[in-house]
Amino acid sequence: MLYLKQVLAIVRKDARVELRTRDATTAMIVFAIMAIVMLNFALRLRVDSLRPLTPGVLWVMLVFAGTLGLSRSMSAEHTNQCIDGLLMAPCDRSVIFFGKALANALFTLVIALIVTPLMAILFDESLLQWGVLLIVALGVVGYAGAGTLIATMAASTRAREVFLPILLFPLALPLVVASVVATSGFLDRLPFAQFGAWLGVVVTFLIIFWTAGTLLYEYLLEA
Amino acid sequence: MLAATDLVKSYGVRPVLRGVSLGAGPGECVAVLGANGAGKTTLLRVLATLSKPEGGLLSVNGIDALQHPDQARRLIGFVSHQPLVYPDLTGYENLLFYARLYGVDKQPMTSRHMLQTEHPFEGADSQRLGRDARLHIEALLRRVNLHLRAHDLTRTYSRGMLQRLAIARALIHDPVVILLDEPFTGLDQASARALSALLGEWMAAGKTLVMTTHEFARGLEGVTRAVLLRHGRIADEMSGDITPARLASWFE
Repeated sequence: MLYLKQVLAIVRKDARVELRTRDATTAMIVFAIMAIVMLNFALRLRVDSLRPLTPGVLWVMLVFAGTLGLSRSMSAEHTNQCIDGLLMAPCDRSVIFFGKALANALFTLVIALIVTPLMAILFDESLLQWGVLLIVALGVVGYAGAGTLIATMAASTRAREVFLPILLFPLALPLVVASVVATSGFLDRLPFAQFGAWLGVVVTFLIIFWTAGTLLYEYLLEA
Repeated sequence: MLAATDLVKSYGVRPVLRGVSLGAGPGECVAVLGANGAGKTTLLRVLATLSKPEGGLLSVNGIDALQHPDQARRLIGFVSHQPLVYPDLTGYENLLFYARLYGVDKQPMTSRHMLQTEHPFEGADSQRLGRDARLHIEALLRRVNLHLRAHDLTRTYSRGMLQRLAIARALIHDPVVILLDEPFTGLDQASARALSALLGEWMAAGKTLVMTTHEFARGLEGVTRAVLLRHGRIADEMSGDITPARLASWFE
């Protein structure tokens, strides 16, 4: 029970700071909206319909915007060396991983809730369906797990802003590809059997990285 | 009590601690002195279980802190050179967060807390600690004289106020061992006197204190033992009447 309370304490703390400062979410929202609008205009110059491109643009947007939030989330722990305060807590290191990853997932999901309807309008695609939203939720949570791990590694380096995308994007490529194919399959109303395996890849990615975070976070923080 | 034996720690190929042994009992205050780079902060981080040594033993109140760091951390309070508080939370919110992490936010303060500390917190609040741990936070803030700024963001605090909040944070779970890294650095005279008074209270309450400092001219009034750390080893030790004049001989 205390484990859960400690995880929630970290999520609440991050949420409170974010609600007060809006540092991460503002950067993520502004970036996402600007990029979507620019892509909307730029892509229309060459193609008649943006609908086939929608899943790819949506996921690239979520990954890029999510990375902005991840970077700020971990750098906040290094202000005043607050990370030491977390490390001094009498809890398993996985508590810190779960707390930070859940908070990161929450912020990115908020962005997804804003970006998805906007894209539905600009790209003329019916994105607001339970299947799409489920894939978005699973993909975002999986990405937050992997991103929290990598952001923790990058946070202790001098060039953390550069290291995070360099390390994270190749790692997240299978997730992005699987999410795009699964989202496309759902939007194109294909039989589930044709894209179900890709949804399986998304879920597997999520399980692997959240399990890895639980097991490896202690070693990452020691490094 | 705290017992460290033959602690060894390196950063890469550079040895920082080369077999440091240090013990401190209840009511004792040990000052670790040394020049910059002597290994004082590394020693304190190892004692705080923030950094794992490559060799040696560490025990806190009989608990093997290297095997069971989670249990040991419940007994250790750490006042770092940095305040370890979030600038976008208020002083009160910072303490509430740490209280939740230590699982003391909803628990009534146990008899252990009351018994171990003769005068845990001065003022009327000490009578009500058992009812609600939020009052414990308010009492802590009052004790470090931050109660009037409790609901201000800590980014607006001065260095002295941050240091006082850091002390309150370190005491949130009523530790029996308190580690302080250069606690007097950056404090004005009034804050330094208040901190000295606090150290005296903790010693009187039977807590074990270990603090590092590179200054031997102030903050050492209540120190019961001083050790000199040089090149990662305890080079000398002093007890009894510890005066700046005696300590100065270490730095000549």
